[in-house]
Order: sequence, then structure tokens, then C-alpha cells
Amino acid sequence: MVMSFVFAFIVGGIICVIGQLLMDVGKLTPGHTLSTLVVVGAILDGMGLYEPLIDFAGAGATVPITSFGNSLTHGAMAEAEKHGLVGVLSGMFEVTSAGISAAIVFGFIGALIFKPKGNID
Amino acid sequence: MEKEQYKKLEQNVTPKPPYLKNVAKAFFVGGLICTIGQAVSLFYMIFFNFTEATAGNPTVATMVFFAMILTGFGLYKRIGQCAGAGSAVPVTGFGNAVISAAIEHRSEGLVLGVGGNLFKLAGSVVLFGVVSAFFVGLIKYILVTIGVVSW
Repeated sequence: MVMSFVFAFIVGGIICVIGQLLMDVGKLTPGHTLSTLVVVGAILDGMGLYEPLIDFAGAGATVPITSFGNSLTHGAMAEAEKHGLVGVLSGMFEVTSAGISAAIVFGFIGALIFKPKGNID
Repeated sequence: MEKEQYKKLEQNVTPKPPYLKNVAKAFFVGGLICTIGQAVSLFYMIFFNFTEATAGNPTVATMVFFAMILTGFGLYKRIGQCAGAGSAVPVTGFGNAVISAAIEHRSEGLVLGVGGNLFKLAGSVVLFGVVSAFFVGLIKYILVTIGVVSW
């Protein structure tokens, strides 16, 4: 129980360090960094390596943006296994539904109730 | 001045980022956000019968909700200024990008302002995530079909 928090902290921290190094050493913009990490997550899941990381680190692997690429690929592959090629498209958002819908809904609600402060992004 | 000369000059003038300090801050803030996420996951596993594998989905949604609150009160930017990738890489950074764009463009109207700009910052993440997932899925499908790997 306690160890699951420790592993989440360490693995999540390491993924953020990789992002920081891409920005500082690789001179990427935050947009390029996040896009790179998402692609890496998708490729890792294609090789079957991301799921073991989630088993090990829990939220340390599901909270960083790499998990977005992972769950897109995961949904696509699970559906492709059942329904063939068209499943790649139809299964894409099956697993990652909550993240996208939450971002859209809360973005809309946020725009309704909050006033711009000039320092929000 | 030649382009390459200018590049060299620019490199000499630009101050080097404090690598170690940035890495340490990214590690601690990113780790802390993931630890909070782990607590949310446990909450869903204990009270709502999610398993370790399925708890990630509602956890991400909850973290995006936290990001909305912090963004709305202008606090996320302050965290981001000192944490760098530590606050950008977790999914809260994705939520922050969406929500800050929505609030910022509210004055241009709900349809053209909020609707048109919602994914202005986060759109590239969605685009490259979906496209790479498509090609990874496609490659895996082909490899399975010709019998190199199994699902």
C-alpha cells in the first residue's frame, strides 16, 4: 500500500525528468516535448511494455501524458483483435474516453465560471 | 552576418538553463502529482470497484478536474513557472492547456472563442497521439496477420 505511493512518485517523477531534459537539453518547446512523449507512450504500448509499467507504478504511469498514447493504442489494438482492421479506428478512444471528455466538459464549464486573469496558462 | 555565425552568437549569449535544479524540481513536482493520482486511484478501487487496470481512466478525469480548479484561480501557472515539465507532463498539464485556452478566449464568444480555441494548445498532443496510435495499431495488425507476433 505505502510502496504503491513510493513507486508512483518515483516513476512519475522520472517521466517528468525525461520531459524536462527534452526541453532543456534537447531544446524542444513544451508542445514538442508533450507530443514526443505521447508518441513514445503509443510505441511502448505497441511493444507491450507500458502495461507492465502500469502494474508496477499505478498512477505513476497513468497520470503522465505518455499514458494518453498508451490508452489510445490499447483501445485500437484491443478492438483490432476482435473486429479486424476497422477496429483500429473504432477502438481508438475506447480506453481513453474519460480524459478527453473531462478536458472538453471542464474546459467549457471553466470558461463559463472563471474570468481570465491574464496569467492562467 | 552569416546564419551560422548568428546561431553561434545566440548560443553564447543565451544563459544555460540550470539543468540539475530544473531536473530536481520536475522530479519532485511530477512525482507529487502522480502520488496524488495514486491516492485518487486507490479511492476509485476501494469505493467504486475499479481494478488496477481500469482505475486509470477515472483518475485521469479527476486530475483534469483538479487542473480546472487550479487553472481557474490562476494557480497552475504559478506551479508551472517553478516546476517546468513537472507540471506540464502529467495529464493535469494537458487539462491546463485546454482549460486556459477556453477561459482566455471566452470573450470572443462560446462558439468561435471557446469552441474554436479549446484545443489550440493541446491539439498537437491529441493529433500525434491518435496518428501514432493508428500506425502502431496498423503495424501490429499486419504483424499478427502475417504471423510474426500474436495479440
